[in-house]
Amino acid sequence: MAELAETPVAPHRFAPDMQEPKINLNIDWGQVNLDDIQLPPGEDFGIKSDDEEEEEEILETETGFSNVIVVDNLPVVAPEKYEKLESVIRKIFGQIGVIREKGLWMPVDTETGKSKGYAFIEYTTPQEAETAREQTNGYKLDKSHVFAVNMFDDFDKYMKVPDEWSAPERKPYTPGENLLAWLTDERGRDQFVVRFGPETEVYWNDARQGKPDPVYHRSLWTDSFVQWSPLGTYLATIHRQGAATWGGAQTFNRLMRFIHPQVRFIDFSPSEKFLVTYSSHEPSNPRDTQRVTLNIFDVRSGKILREFKGSADDFATGGTGGVAGVSWPVFRWAGGRDDKYFARIGKNSISVYETETMGLLDKKSIKVDNVLDFSWSPTEPILSLFVPEGGGGNQPARVSLLQIPSREELRQKNLFSVSDCKMYWQSNGDYLAVKVDRYTKTKKSTYTGFELFRTKERDIPIEVLELENKNDKIVAFAWEPKGHRFAIIHGDGPRPDISFYSMKSPNNVGRVTKLTTLKGKQANALYWSPIGRFIVLAGLKAYNGQLEFYNVDELETMATAEHFMATDVDWDPTGRYVATSVTSVHQMENGFNIWSFQGKLIYRLPRDRFFQFLWRPRPPTLLSPEEEAEIARNLKKYSKRYEVEDQESSIILSTQEMESRRKVIDEWKSWVAEWQRLHEEEKPLRQELRDGEPSDEEEDYEAEEVEVEDILNVEEEVVSYGFEQLD
Amino acid sequence: MRPILLKGHERPLTFLKYNRDGDLLFSCAKDHDPTVWYAHNGERLGTYRGHNGAVWCCDVSRDSTRLITGSADQSAKLWDVETGAQLYSFNFESPARAVDLSVGDKYAVISTDPFMGQTSAIHVKRIDKDRSKQGSDSLLVITGPQGRINRVVWGPLNKTIISAGEDSVVRIWDAESGKLLKESDPETGHQKAVTSLVKSADGSHFITGSQDKTAKLWDTRTLTLLKTYVTERPVNAAAISPLLDHVVIGGGQEASQVTMSDRRAGKFEAKFFHKIYEEEIGGVKGHFGPINALAFNPDGRSFSSGGEDGYVRLHHFDADYFHIKI
Repeated sequence: MAELAETPVAPHRFAPDMQEPKINLNIDWGQVNLDDIQLPPGEDFGIKSDDEEEEEEILETETGFSNVIVVDNLPVVAPEKYEKLESVIRKIFGQIGVIREKGLWMPVDTETGKSKGYAFIEYTTPQEAETAREQTNGYKLDKSHVFAVNMFDDFDKYMKVPDEWSAPERKPYTPGENLLAWLTDERGRDQFVVRFGPETEVYWNDARQGKPDPVYHRSLWTDSFVQWSPLGTYLATIHRQGAATWGGAQTFNRLMRFIHPQVRFIDFSPSEKFLVTYSSHEPSNPRDTQRVTLNIFDVRSGKILREFKGSADDFATGGTGGVAGVSWPVFRWAGGRDDKYFARIGKNSISVYETETMGLLDKKSIKVDNVLDFSWSPTEPILSLFVPEGGGGNQPARVSLLQIPSREELRQKNLFSVSDCKMYWQSNGDYLAVKVDRYTKTKKSTYTGFELFRTKERDIPIEVLELENKNDKIVAFAWEPKGHRFAIIHGDGPRPDISFYSMKSPNNVGRVTKLTTLKGKQANALYWSPIGRFIVLAGLKAYNGQLEFYNVDELETMATAEHFMATDVDWDPTGRYVATSVTSVHQMENGFNIWSFQGKLIYRLPRDRFFQFLWRPRPPTLLSPEEEAEIARNLKKYSKRYEVEDQESSIILSTQEMESRRKVIDEWKSWVAEWQRLHEEEKPLRQELRDGEPSDEEEDYEAEEVEVEDILNVEEEVVSYGFEQLD
Repeated sequence: MRPILLKGHERPLTFLKYNRDGDLLFSCAKDHDPTVWYAHNGERLGTYRGHNGAVWCCDVSRDSTRLITGSADQSAKLWDVETGAQLYSFNFESPARAVDLSVGDKYAVISTDPFMGQTSAIHVKRIDKDRSKQGSDSLLVITGPQGRINRVVWGPLNKTIISAGEDSVVRIWDAESGKLLKESDPETGHQKAVTSLVKSADGSHFITGSQDKTAKLWDTRTLTLLKTYVTERPVNAAAISPLLDHVVIGGGQEASQVTMSDRRAGKFEAKFFHKIYEEEIGGVKGHFGPINALAFNPDGRSFSSGGEDGYVRLHHFDADYFHIKI
């Protein structure tokens, strides 16, 4: 640019990159009107226009061979067998996609006339080619001919592989951050993440101060949502390019990226070892179905362990009936802490995979005709399956428990005239409740009952529970976490009843007993405390956010409250606090409230366009149940220390609070003093404006009593005093 | 105490004003008749008939003899408080939105809306004690702010004029020359239209309410932002207690956006905040619809609120109110 001043002044029409002519032609550019210059047609003097460059770029990315695959390891055949081989290959590869006309080419050695042992196949779409590569690579034509199938485009890549193997460079080990540092919070607080507008914020729930304590804040952290891993170690964010995990000792650093374009959902395995990502892609051809891609990553290394691709139909659940759509999660993880198995439901089968090999368990799926639903026990590798009625009612519906990996059926129960079935495992896997909707005799309506399995007892006894009023609709069902009780909301009207049952009975005969029924509650959702004993009976949506905090041990209501329009209720992982939130499904009132477990409102945080509230989960306790019981027994001893701490901190707090308040007050007082001074100064001027009227303040007022006499009427009257009579 | 429900207006309330003695309450509504009530028992004293459009604002003279009202019928009228007689009518080319009488009641400042090609403007008029000498000439016309000027008031000693409106900026003008002296900071100031502006009893500070769901407290002389009160809904009205360090804020959604199912949905509460700590103290429910107007009795012992529902609610504080501890 500096040279610009020395060279003759460039006319204003010059493009910026032409301002500095490479060759000085001794032309006075000021005199030249560039628009008058005409170049011979078709000649560009080697100067590329911007448009051409763009075209070239597209050519670079798109070789036009993305729909071509190369098949290697074909048999070398003589000309007379050439046609036969071609038809065999056409048969194999024609199944997968449409091979273009003249799209199959097997080169022939011109000297011998024999085929060269490889072929090029051109499909109509790159997707077909990709599928063909996946499905036929390793295809065994016979013993000595195992196909090696590659994309034509990948050839360059493979050519570049050096012939000599050189050992990869060993990276020095750098110790990572302590990802569990948040668990060592001195005050034992819990964290939560909230998402509103473009912001994502992580807070400590500081109930003692009655306000959240900010930990981390970031705008546009995620493209769609955030998710904690099940033990709370990672926070996952979703982006167009894939998912990412975040964590760290003090703040949130990015730990790993998981590349998966257009990822829609993610799911961690229960012990956070694996991450499943899911995306679905609209088909280019309207007749095709959606294609879905699932990747399983190793959370710590970020490596893809297995990839699943297919049409949405292959991953849709719901057996042959074909309930539309893929339901998330596609893969359900077996319970327990070792992340050993995961499974998905397919048509007439359940596929169980082993994480060790990332392959099918025993290399084959479990065949179950018409299977509609399954779920894992939360602690053991036991599957519960539901198969609806089949054969026009000849085969009864059934629920069965299957042991993995032995595939042994532990228990089975046949059910008749069933319309639907739902399975609820208790969090320890001790019990399984199966909610069964049955048709009445007329088949016009349904009624509901429960089949209760005691999975930890010998032979797995099953009990049947029916409500007193069989026609009651079941609104909600929930097991007490780690406990033996469950709650049911049932009833038809706007004020359903809530019943509590226990799997134990007073004299321990192992019968289910009813504890109590609460009549006419405005509730439609049940939220047990994660440590059991307490439950929030919530009336969300149509009930406008009614909350009842109930103690199931004492069978008494601790508090009733309302968080108007509340849409979500979440217990913190320790069962000390409850968060209720109004998310952006409503326009108004967005934000969340934090309550104590007894139903005392601790603080509120209104936030416009509120999307998510998530408590950071905690790993399970390291103490054995006996140790926990020990602590509970000696609670007084332990609590003393904390009480002292509480008191101290509250004193510090209040002094801090006082300090800041005093500052605010002092500031205010200084303003007021200034105003009073000015006010006094202006007093005479103000009086003048009021024509000398002296009163300025209320105090100057003087009440004056004025007597007003009015003569209303004058009348004359003769009054006789009766003197005459005296005379 | 149970609030007294003043039923007299047929349309949504727009403005409330107590006289200096605190014995009279003037109310303006979208029906055409400003009304005066006894402030202690809510009895209706009378109406001022003559306007032909919604009445947006009013002010009463210090001696409670004259009332000035601004109306959508493109006039501001001067009334005899006692008899209800119309004394004078200032006519404009567009609706009169806000009115305020100066210290000494010799001048009035009136804002007019943008309308039919007219831009919004602030007019200063002389008010003559002698009715026969009253003229309609404007001493000063200020233009410039975009959109409606929802409130305009006099600064200390009538030296300045403070205006605020739809462009969300609070401005201080020189009352002599009409020059712009100060403007609120766009960063810290209101983000959406300012709907109300009320001065403290001594005029040293004032509160503004805005649709950005906040109310803010400002220094009248320096336009320093002193406090911000954050609520969950657009603020239509705000007032400062003359007795305690409290402010009251009212609002709600626009009537057209309000759900009809539940009166809690729009949050039609008058919310009390501690003026200095900016903390919410409590709320007074009752209106079925957003609150459009709020006013404190000059003695600080009662306040009134006017709603979109057409009612004025007159609240006398219980004894407890005066012992709130924070």
